Amino acid sequence: MPRLQVKDMRLYYSTLRGVVRAVDYVSFDIGEGEALGIVGESGSGKTSLGLSLMRLLPRNVHTFEGSISLNGTELKTLPEEEFRRNVRWRKIAMVFQGAMNALNPVLRVEDQIAEPLLNTTSTSREEARKRVEDLLKMVGLSKEVARRYPHELSGGMKQRVLIAMALILDPQILIMDEPTSALDVSIQAQIMNLMKRLKSKLNLSILFITHDIALASDICDRLGVVYAGELAEIGPSETILTAPKHPYTQLLLASIPKLTGSEMPKFIPGQTPDLANPPSGCRFHPRCPYVFQPCSQQNPSLIILNQQHSARCWLLEKS
Amino acid sequence: MELLKLENLSVHFQVRKGLFKTTPSKAVDGVSLSMNKGETLAVVGESGSGKTTLGRASLRLLKLTSGRIFFDGVDVTDLKDKELQRLRKRAQAIFQDPYSSINPFMSIREVLMEPLAIHKAAEGKEAEERVYKALADVKLTPEEEFAAKYPHMLSGGQRQRVGIARALILNPDYVVADEPVSMVDASSRAEILHLMRSLQQKYGITFLYITHDIASAKFFSDRIAVMYLGRIVELGSPNDVVKDPLHPYTQALIQAVPEPDPANRLHERKVIPGEPPTPTNIPKGCRFHPRCPSFMKSKCDVIDPSLAEVKPGHYVSCHLY
Ligand SMILES: Nc1ncnc2c1ncn2[C@@H]1O[C@H](COP(=O)(O)OP(=O)(O)OP(=O)(O)O)[C@@H](O)[C@H]1O
Ligand SMILES: Nc1ncnc2c1ncn2[C@@H]1O[C@H](COP(=O)(O)OP(=O)(O)OP(=O)(O)O)[C@@H](O)[C@H]1O
Ligand SMILES: [Mg+2]
Ligand SMILES: [Mg+2]
Repeated sequence: MPRLQVKDMRLYYSTLRGVVRAVDYVSFDIGEGEALGIVGESGSGKTSLGLSLMRLLPRNVHTFEGSISLNGTELKTLPEEEFRRNVRWRKIAMVFQGAMNALNPVLRVEDQIAEPLLNTTSTSREEARKRVEDLLKMVGLSKEVARRYPHELSGGMKQRVLIAMALILDPQILIMDEPTSALDVSIQAQIMNLMKRLKSKLNLSILFITHDIALASDICDRLGVVYAGELAEIGPSETILTAPKHPYTQLLLASIPKLTGSEMPKFIPGQTPDLANPPSGCRFHPRCPYVFQPCSQQNPSLIILNQQHSARCWLLEKS
Repeated sequence: MELLKLENLSVHFQVRKGLFKTTPSKAVDGVSLSMNKGETLAVVGESGSGKTTLGRASLRLLKLTSGRIFFDGVDVTDLKDKELQRLRKRAQAIFQDPYSSINPFMSIREVLMEPLAIHKAAEGKEAEERVYKALADVKLTPEEEFAAKYPHMLSGGQRQRVGIARALILNPDYVVADEPVSMVDASSRAEILHLMRSLQQKYGITFLYITHDIASAKFFSDRIAVMYLGRIVELGSPNDVVKDPLHPYTQALIQAVPEPDPANRLHERKVIPGEPPTPTNIPKGCRFHPRCPSFMKSKCDVIDPSLAEVKPGHYVSCHLY
């Protein structure tokens, strides 16, 4: 049984313009020590998906449905008090998008990292300090960093602090939302190498959220491609990168400039979908070069191509 | 035809050190560069290498410590008031962050009207038409609809296009585009870069394209300059710099770029060891020597190499060549 099983997850928001379907029947699982990438364009619902697993929902939630099962235990229906005490940070932790700039400026690094520990357990200050020291070492920072304030750290150091913070309660699942998009390539490579090491050392299961599929390929065993709140395709990284079946995945890959080839990167013409008013039928059909009769009529279901690989496209239904 | 020439440009900031002392932070430290009309020059390099400072200095938005700037053959280094205002109209910027650089309380129409009003370039009906044309140029259509929107109703990519429209509405000759596509996915990135390229061809604009994304620089620029600690350490055509990088720093930078490859996760990426040193403490000799794999003792740590042409049009500052 996979460690985490997510089934038919839905997260809708109420807005003045109507109901925004940010996450719409998304299902996947993640095994022990496995990394699943969630890639997709801006506004496709990636962060919303991560927040729904942490059960950190904004006030304007319209619908929050589906099943989140961790080692066979259903978390979706757990009372909030129990979820807070036993699951959030303890079993499932998250490095938030843009959190680098949201570190508390008046807290020293050690107090910042220890916060989840001191808040939810009866650990003494001394033990906490020791634990912070170990964690700093694990993420490749010297222990002097513990006494510093956020403004005294570079971007790459801040990101390491955030990772240490998320790991302090020894979670099984780590959600990372765009953890390196504010960093330059050389610091990004350092952080990704660190994550690879932690993944195998701690047997961490990672949900890696990013708009950058090349970056996702750096750590992910499997990739899920989201479009307009839905999974368009999911499968092993090899398959998604070398033999993608959904036209959106194919076009997304063709838009990546390659340092080694000479092919000019193309882009996907057309408007990004409005999740308050998504296109009829297949959500990608207004931008799809292969559109044909059924595409605008009905949304295809996620078609299982083989045990590991599924894609949502009418072209696949036919054959 | 040369449009812009930077001669030995330096920008040193005074930063606090301790309670009473200040020390110079040499963000840009002796950069010479010349750009032709209608050319795109990409500037790449790690965070803090001085890319934004160089871009802003070239627009005369920062006080120079030394050096001279020539624009269209005229020395503009010391221009003041009216004349500086005239230069501002011809030289524009697209800023790094589309979230903080657009006033959230202004409609897109007002955002685009502002430069026209400041430079008294157009008013009334004509201004309105210029706004619609600028929106059409960056493909934010229907124009009337987008003009009425507020920034929070736009996606990151659409905001970045508003930033481009605002920079282009005065028909500038020179535009500094500072990370114009940093926040969007590969497809939107390619779309915006194609757009900038076509507007450039249509209007003959000269672009300084500042980016972390070396792969996009390869496809959307005519030349690439690699910056390290306030200096240009390599300069050449995209083919020269990306396919045949000479400087050990450029080589390391290129190796750190991830390509979509399922084999990536099976090994660690090569990294440049160490954090980049700060411009308050620039190493002696070659500034890259403490991190360089090809370091030669009593040469690299003593003599500061100059930028030399080692192949036609391909410049590098390194003792290996
Ligand atoms: N609290 C909210 N209320 C209403 N709509 C929201 C809320 N949060 C997000 N949305 C909308 O839901 C959609 C999905 O947003 P989300 O932040 O999950 O996207 P994302 O894929 O993470 O995008 P990005 O790559 O830009 O971070 C967007 O259309 C967004 O505007
Ligand atoms: N106003 C300022 N006062 C003091 N130091 C500054 C100032 N602006 C920039 N610096 C310093 O100058 C150096 C170069 O900064 P700059 O913003 O030009 O780098 P960059 O290459 O654009 O980096 P990034 O890729 O992160 O945008 C940095 O060390 C920065 O801290
Ligand atoms: Mg997000
Ligand atoms: Mg910058």
